[in-house]
Amino acid sequence: MDQHSKGFPISHVIGFFMSLVLTFGAAWVALQTSLSMKAVMWIIGTLAVVQAGIQLYMFMHMNEGEDKVANNINIIYSAFIAVVIVAGSIWVMTSGHSH
Amino acid sequence: MSAKVNAALPLEYQTEQNRMNILGFWVFLGAEIVLFATLFGVYGVLGERYAGGPTQKDIFIIRDVLIQTSLLLTSSFTMGISIFEMRRSNIKGMLMWLVFTLLLGGGFLFMEVREFIHYVHEGATMQTSAFLSSFFVLLGTHGLHVTIGIGWAILLIIQILQRGLTPVTARKAFIFGLYWHFLDVVWIFIFTFVYLQGLVM
Repeated sequence: MDQHSKGFPISHVIGFFMSLVLTFGAAWVALQTSLSMKAVMWIIGTLAVVQAGIQLYMFMHMNEGEDKVANNINIIYSAFIAVVIVAGSIWVMTSGHSH
Repeated sequence: MSAKVNAALPLEYQTEQNRMNILGFWVFLGAEIVLFATLFGVYGVLGERYAGGPTQKDIFIIRDVLIQTSLLLTSSFTMGISIFEMRRSNIKGMLMWLVFTLLLGGGFLFMEVREFIHYVHEGATMQTSAFLSSFFVLLGTHGLHVTIGIGWAILLIIQILQRGLTPVTARKAFIFGLYWHFLDVVWIFIFTFVYLQGLVM
């Protein structure tokens, strides 16, 4: 926690710079390359997850304080439920009628 | 509030009550993740049902989306600096960065409202198609969160000006910071899976 309380907010600046690179990198991959739709979605989806991780760990200090284990379990579980809801909904709603 | 104060920790973690409040807010954010997941799920299912109306490519303007994204991303950074200054007990710096955060958030909202008005003028309303219904609900819920966040932060600034930095106001500011960063996390996924995907399709 010490590095957050004095000196220069270096981890914030690094996190901000990385977020910008990831955002514009994703836009570049999506709009300026001629990769297949599937490849583009895998790449920019991965970049989005990385960027979310930067926000959680570098800006939201998820790994500090006494409750960091509970925080991590809570957010990872929520992310799991989110994936189940989104992927599950799309899967059920798009594959059902055609079979 | 617990009388046990651990002065070695940052202000917002110093009392048991504060630690419980912060943990509780993380649990709330877990529920928010699931709320947005349901909206992303709906958009994922209905995003290609155009009912003869406009598609993503017809209405999205990538330049404006990139400006909105930059505004919100920068506001998340300035929010982080605000908490950084709070931990150095620099109230002036903290409030200055918090005001920057609000201005950037306000700029984001302005762009989003303008974007929605533009869509409606193009004939792309909530009633036009399932794609646009799910789009406006997802984006609108996020925009509503940003709006509530701005009101929340204004009240927070007033309280900090009145009471100064105490374990209670520091905890409130820290929790608002968590909320604001979370909105940026949601926006990253909107940017990727609504705007970029819509323009690649």
